[in-house]
Amino acid sequence: MRGYLVLRVIAKLLIPFILVFGLYVQFHGDFGPGGGFQAGVIVAAAIIFHALIYGLPRTRLVVPEWVVETLVAAGLLLYIAVGIASMLMGGGFLDYSVLMHDPVHGQHRGILLVELGVGISVAGVMLMIFYMFAGRSRTPDSEK
Amino acid sequence: MNALDLINYWIAMMLLVTGLYIVIARGNLVKKLVGLSIFQTSVYLIYISPSKIIGGTAPIIAPGVELYSNPLPHVLILTAIVVGVATIALGLALVVRIHEAYGTIEEDEIHAQDQDGE
Amino acid sequence: MTTTLINTALLLMMAATVIGIVRLRNLFAVVILGSLYSFLMATIFLVLDAVDVSMTEAAVGAGVTTVLLLSTLYLTKSEEAKPSHTPILPLAVALVTGGLLVYGTLGLPEFGSPDSVIHQHVAPRYLEQGPEETGVPNVVTAVLASYRGFDTLGEVTVVFTGGIGVIVLLRRRWRADRTRDHK
Repeated sequence: MRGYLVLRVIAKLLIPFILVFGLYVQFHGDFGPGGGFQAGVIVAAAIIFHALIYGLPRTRLVVPEWVVETLVAAGLLLYIAVGIASMLMGGGFLDYSVLMHDPVHGQHRGILLVELGVGISVAGVMLMIFYMFAGRSRTPDSEK
Repeated sequence: MNALDLINYWIAMMLLVTGLYIVIARGNLVKKLVGLSIFQTSVYLIYISPSKIIGGTAPIIAPGVELYSNPLPHVLILTAIVVGVATIALGLALVVRIHEAYGTIEEDEIHAQDQDGE
Repeated sequence: MTTTLINTALLLMMAATVIGIVRLRNLFAVVILGSLYSFLMATIFLVLDAVDVSMTEAAVGAGVTTVLLLSTLYLTKSEEAKPSHTPILPLAVALVTGGLLVYGTLGLPEFGSPDSVIHQHVAPRYLEQGPEETGVPNVVTAVLASYRGFDTLGEVTVVFTGGIGVIVLLRRRWRADRTRDHK
């Protein structure tokens, strides 16, 4: 893709907008269609777009593998941390009403944090799967 | 009007049966996984079709709207879609490893190589 | 009436796409038709008022699944072999199953009526008290994250496990050009 100037310029213009749209879908999932899953896939799609146009080694410099592995685990950890925090504050596991002074605000905050955890984990997993598939070489190898 | 209402379900059943046919009749592993994906998607349609109420709208509470479609099947299918993509990704990773081990992704040739090896 | 027409047109297009997927042997064309099928399915979900599901199906089905299938085709072959024998038994099984399922749909409630049983007990309670109890207008997000939060925890765990499984299967071999210098 190195010689295609139009594709590279359009990619440079579009990728920030796709990332901002992913963040919009994540945080406005309460008031309109959206939520964690959709936002995670949109953010992963933006980075896959970058890898398709600029090549996988350059994308590995922008978003290294250790970042993606951390994202995969951090989302699930955030979800469980919200559950344990509500246990520490006196309620049951994943009982969001005790998270703040007011049950309704507590529920809203709990939903926001949980959807963020879901979005981070889904983005990390989609990106990790793409890195694994695209980074595999075709030539036969002697050791596995 | 009744037959035209049922056409939603009939075509969803036809898609399900076609996905099943691709999985059991074709020998190519990648095509089997595409058939599995068609099968899964038709099941989503079978779940979402009964949740629609004629005259209702999307289940996002807004002032001035009275009738909403049922939100429960949406929740179930949202989970099912993401689980489905994880399944397909694992299946494709297995296909890649099978190709590296056997040199082919046709089921008949893999069986033949296994039986020769025994 | 227009909703029924749009619905029927989209469903017939999906049926034609699926018949194309069965008949074609070039796997690249099969993958592109699969992506088209996911897109049509997302449009039907939108017509049936399932907006969250439509967005997820479009992003996941037409996006991620297509990219993964194309990567797999790059790593393996992209042409299906000719079938050696005509599949009579699978065709018979498929037709019998289809007949039984179509017979089963005659017992389903009328399409789109607000009095059918699934709209009676749990859904009205979520629709009425969801925004007051959780402060979130999108009832699907409220049910997904708060009322049925345990299911979503299990689902994130399944996605995590899928990612770990792919890492375990595909980790070792790097591309040869990783050692080359890229400016």
